[in-house]
Amino acid sequence: MSSSPAFLNGAKRWLLVGIVLAAVVSMFSGQFNRYHLGVIVDIGINIILAVSLNLINGHTGQFSLGHAGFMAVGGYTAAKISLVVSPMLPPALQPLLFLGALIAGGLLAALAGFGVGVPSLRLKGDYLAIVTLGFGEIIRVIVQNMEAVGAASGLKGIPKYTTLGWTFGLAAVTIYFVTSLVNSTYGRGFIAVSDDEVAASSMGINPVRYKVTAFVTGAFFAGIAGGLYAHHKQFLSPTGFDFLKSIDIVVMVILGGMGRTAGVVVAAILLTLLPEVLRQFSEYRMIIYSLLIIILMMARPQGLFTWNRKKGAA
Amino acid sequence: MLEVKDLEVSYGSIKALHGVSLNVPQGSIVTLIGANGAGKSTTLRAISGLIKTRSGSVTYSGEDITNQPAHKIVAKHLCHVPEGRMVFANLTVAENLRMGAYLRNDKAGIAADMDYAFTIFPRLKERINQAAGTMSGGEQQMLAIARALMSQPKCLMLDEPSLGIAPILVRAIFDQIVAINKERGLTILLVEQNANLALGISHHGYVLETGRVILEDSAAALLKNPQVRAAYLGD
Ligand SMILES: Nc1ncnc2c1ncn2[C@@H]1O[C@H](COP(=O)(O)OP(=O)(O)OP(=O)(O)O)[C@@H](O)[C@H]1O
Ligand SMILES: [Mg+2]
Repeated sequence: MSSSPAFLNGAKRWLLVGIVLAAVVSMFSGQFNRYHLGVIVDIGINIILAVSLNLINGHTGQFSLGHAGFMAVGGYTAAKISLVVSPMLPPALQPLLFLGALIAGGLLAALAGFGVGVPSLRLKGDYLAIVTLGFGEIIRVIVQNMEAVGAASGLKGIPKYTTLGWTFGLAAVTIYFVTSLVNSTYGRGFIAVSDDEVAASSMGINPVRYKVTAFVTGAFFAGIAGGLYAHHKQFLSPTGFDFLKSIDIVVMVILGGMGRTAGVVVAAILLTLLPEVLRQFSEYRMIIYSLLIIILMMARPQGLFTWNRKKGAA
Repeated sequence: MLEVKDLEVSYGSIKALHGVSLNVPQGSIVTLIGANGAGKSTTLRAISGLIKTRSGSVTYSGEDITNQPAHKIVAKHLCHVPEGRMVFANLTVAENLRMGAYLRNDKAGIAADMDYAFTIFPRLKERINQAAGTMSGGEQQMLAIARALMSQPKCLMLDEPSLGIAPILVRAIFDQIVAINKERGLTILLVEQNANLALGISHHGYVLETGRVILEDSAAALLKNPQVRAAYLGD
């Protein structure tokens, strides 16, 4: 399509911006205190979560509340792998191990995405949301009872592999991948399916395939985010992946303006910073946070960032 | 070209079609008329695979396509423009047309067909970069038809192309339907409320009532039929 090279450039530009940003920030990482560093990594992880959920909820028009579940699958898988393997490896090979563990976590999460995506195909809106919510809770309960991953007391002593470079490098890859997927000729099908499923199938588009692809891809990146999270916090507990976490990500996608990658990235940054900024209000913090979100949603139901998007631009 | 035999369709426990049979010969325009709720749209949906049939068969170009999924049936060049001009609101006119060519890879052919779409509906060319959702109803209907043409149909099913459109535009759209049929040899199965106009361009017609075919004849004969005139032509 005539406009696709421009979009591709757009996606490439994002990748470049992300990598440069990651490099620059990494250079200065010695200067940040641990707290700031932690928050910045949180931002990167949330960007990956929000952009990948946006593929499912925004571009394909489904409604998943299971993202924390996919994140848990990826996080626990990656953490377990590095816990078991890292004592056997020389330090030089640790980054390789980390990459392998992240990918393994992503793949297992993608498999879970397939598992949820296929049976939920007939469901829409509220029903799909309930099923995915149930899935997330099932994952949490399974983990809570699995001794191999620490059960309810959590998984401790995960090596600290996650750096700014890894986080923002992978955030850039996520953004690049999702944007070029959606903006390819093939990827226009995602938007077509969300616009009108009947019309899409009467064009020869198989809505089933797109929906499952969205779930599998979205879950893969959520799994990667989970792996980064695990090697960032160095501790995983089942309660960290409850449905409130999924809702946090959904809010980022909605405020970012469903289907707009740039908006969703900005929303992920703002909504990660907001609770931190509100720390000074101590016990009122979450009340203020919730109120602000309600006000934002009411003021801009179409998303915070509705700059006049060139149609189809992500 | 398209043969429908004893088609029965239910929505839940409500039966919408009680054995509908139709025959659409190659190169013809056939119209399905009937009151609201007679089952016209249901018939088209069942043919194009958008809903499952309970019994009966659909044969297209000699092949049994009953209950095949919609996206496979389009691949056989049997294309359905559903009721209510379902364009992709968030895509531009050009992108909508390209979605119509979703199953094709021949760049030159796609470009040629897009040009053809613009010759029959010049308005679309003027609005090539406009988001389809912001166009007028008539323009969206033109887009829906043009988009269907992009999939290289041999048989095109149109569900109420005149719905909610000003008479002057309706005339233009119908003229183009005739042109498509003549110039491209496309077989057309048309569903219309505007029976006068539809029968006027058709070769053959079927009258549907509560899920059954109650009458079929050549279009010219139906136009003269007193029963049809009283019920559908407002005499
Ligand atoms: N999705 C559905 N669920 C339940 N019943 C339906 C559904 N779609 C159609 N029906 C019923 O099936 C019958 C036939 O409907 P259909 O849409 O085929 O009528 P139609 O002839 O196209 O009417 P119109 O001229 O108003 O478009 C109607 O009684 C209608 O209420
Ligand atoms: Mg109808």
